[in-house]
Amino acid sequence: MAKSHANQHDYHLVDPSPWPIIGGLSAFITAVGLIIWMRSMDGGEGLFGLHGPYVFVIGAIFIAGTMFVWWRDVIREAEVDGHHKPVVQLHLRYGMILFIASEVMFFVVWFWGFFDAALFPDEAVQVARTEFTGGEWPPKGTSTFNPWQIPLVNTLILLTSGTTVTWAHHALLNDDRRGLIVGLVLTIILGILFTSLQVYEYAVAPFSFSDSIYGATFFMATGFHGAHVIIGTIFLIVTLFRALAGHFTSKQHFGFEAAAWYWHFVDVVWLFLFSCIYVWAAGVPAEH
Amino acid sequence: MAGKAATAHHDDHPTGLKRYLFSTNHKDIGTLYLIFALVGGIVGGILSIGMRMELQHPGMQIFADPHMFNAFTTAHGLIMVFFMIMPSLFGGFGNWIVPLQIGAPDMAFPRLNNISFWLLPPAFALLLISMFVPGPPGGDGVGGGWTVYAPLSTSGSPGPAMDFAILSLHVAGASSILSAINFITTIFNMRAPGMTLHKMPLFVWSILVTAFLLLLALPVLAGAITMLLTDRNFGTTFFEASGGGDPILFQHLFWFFGHPEVYIIILPAFGLISHVISTFSNKPIFGYLGMAYAMAAIGAVGFVVWAHHMYTAGISLNTQAYFVAATMVIAVPTGVKIFSWIATMWGGSIQFKTPMLWAFGFIFLFTLGGVTGVVLANAGVDRALHDTYYVVAHFHYVLSLGATFGLFAGWYYWFPKITGYMYSEFIGKLHFWVSFIGVNLVFFPQHFLGLAGMPRRYADYPDAFAGWNYVSSVGSYISGFGVLIFLFGVFLAFQRKEKAADNPWGEGATTLEWTLSSPPPFHQFEQLPKIK
Repeated sequence: MAKSHANQHDYHLVDPSPWPIIGGLSAFITAVGLIIWMRSMDGGEGLFGLHGPYVFVIGAIFIAGTMFVWWRDVIREAEVDGHHKPVVQLHLRYGMILFIASEVMFFVVWFWGFFDAALFPDEAVQVARTEFTGGEWPPKGTSTFNPWQIPLVNTLILLTSGTTVTWAHHALLNDDRRGLIVGLVLTIILGILFTSLQVYEYAVAPFSFSDSIYGATFFMATGFHGAHVIIGTIFLIVTLFRALAGHFTSKQHFGFEAAAWYWHFVDVVWLFLFSCIYVWAAGVPAEH
Repeated sequence: MAGKAATAHHDDHPTGLKRYLFSTNHKDIGTLYLIFALVGGIVGGILSIGMRMELQHPGMQIFADPHMFNAFTTAHGLIMVFFMIMPSLFGGFGNWIVPLQIGAPDMAFPRLNNISFWLLPPAFALLLISMFVPGPPGGDGVGGGWTVYAPLSTSGSPGPAMDFAILSLHVAGASSILSAINFITTIFNMRAPGMTLHKMPLFVWSILVTAFLLLLALPVLAGAITMLLTDRNFGTTFFEASGGGDPILFQHLFWFFGHPEVYIIILPAFGLISHVISTFSNKPIFGYLGMAYAMAAIGAVGFVVWAHHMYTAGISLNTQAYFVAATMVIAVPTGVKIFSWIATMWGGSIQFKTPMLWAFGFIFLFTLGGVTGVVLANAGVDRALHDTYYVVAHFHYVLSLGATFGLFAGWYYWFPKITGYMYSEFIGKLHFWVSFIGVNLVFFPQHFLGLAGMPRRYADYPDAFAGWNYVSSVGSYISGFGVLIFLFGVFLAFQRKEKAADNPWGEGATTLEWTLSSPPPFHQFEQLPKIK
């Protein structure tokens, strides 16, 4: 170790790393690739002589790879090198809370878009919109989901998964390894179940992404939530593998807590989606 | 780690390209930010001189197509905001100075710090590419202004240029959110023992407030431009009234980000100006706590005034009345700051060193821009002045002159600390006076043009506006010459290599960075300082 000199503090001075610059370049490739892909859709001619999703996929694979090696390094620094002293763990807590705060603001946008349309479908100055919506929400002629069928089941699934992840946490605090793993596995199963039911609902939706403001706000709000559920599920799966590898102790397990916080966050977002978009703005359910 | 030879040397550190490309050192990353901002500023400045060349006379001068003029204004605005001011004041000085001033050895997340920087060159590249790919029919680049209002940015600009600009903002926004997380964590958790929040230097306070604004405002921009992206490419109708959408929604979302953004730009300048004024008045800052909480108040109130950018967009009278009142409230904490700076100088033994000149210039220009801001806050007056050159003059006085003069005050103040060399006082002062005269010539006449009714974002204008436009263009060439003097000054300082003392400013400079060598060691404060 090079850190033999007289550091009188517990902060973690990280060694130089190639991942940030590779991550930046990957973001560039992904962005350009996304534009090429979007320009190729619906018979488009592509861009810069390139066509299709390939550049985007390459960039996305590079981003995923960067994340993998980056977090592998973080785990090594914590588990092998012991750099995560209490103050560094505190940093990580702050970092995760702040990240979730920024995510909350990101969801504010989708709710803002939803309420802008749902609260004021008959605003006098918005002539064209009022004509489209017929002055009501959901817009005239839009049939929607019955909130008390699959959406309610999904709510119960997510709430249950919130309790199973807390079960895992308490097991971890009490050095109950089996409880930790069972709790995590159940949470992951419930997460996958939620995503599967959402996929089914999307497939049978009586409205589409691009036919009206109803579909746009519905699919973007619930779609970004769904993406976060998938990310949270992946986070929990990684946490499960780390638990199986014996990474967590009852004293030090921030990786687990971060995953649990994130999971509770997507849970709370869903409660708002369910109560606002599914229940409050229910409209006339479609028959299916 | 394991493969590295163990050594007890304190200054053992990575060298060459690896030192900068793979850096996890806040000072090296700060240097990268400053160099990047310099490049961004030069590109953005060249675009602005192009605009003034076009506007020097009535009729078309250098652009064949008026759309190209609009593409220049758009790129100029976005580059100066995202790739000049933010990387220099927040990224550059924030990285360099915050850990030094709070007595910390580095940032809380050194590797995250590096990706915050390395997302910027790709974002800048995306924006530059957007200037050369098709935008609206028959033209290249984004011509919709930095506000990219729908529907001009959706159905009005079908080419890929707009998509490049949108993704550029996504990437730059991700960079800023990550660095905001990093700064907040660093400031809350890594202050030296004994340094309570109420003993923290004002520049650190300013970065803390700025970081919160970035953290909470940028995700809103990200969402808004994501809606643009899906409206453009996937057939959603967020901003398309014929599908039940609302073009005003974009303006709300944009300005919910955009107004905090202007405080993101100016707050770090507020913070560092306090140090410069206190240092060169040889007095502690007047009303320290008031100064700190004034910044917090500006940040908080800054989130609830956004629709004063939208008085002419058809929002209701009651809404306008609220936003007039809320906007004027911001003048109160801003006044607290201006008067406290003046009170700091009052009775001090003032030294007119270069940084102090820039701080003087800052107070003058920012106050002037602030006063026109109070004028524009009135919805009734704004009905006449909206989108005229009066608005252009107003926001350039607070931002391009206020923030940039703050930036140069910080540059000359910390140049000896960062580089270890003294700059030439003569060149620094010449740079100041040429810039001060130049920028006032550019922007003061624009008040007259705006009051006379000249609208912004047009490449041509009636002959009646010719006189002041000519003056304004001449001013921009003088300002451009000022930039050359600045670059020469930097060159000269590195060429003369006149060693700077640890504290070249004397007993007025009391913050922790002046207790270190110039430049500081690769890792400072291996033993944390104790604050009484």
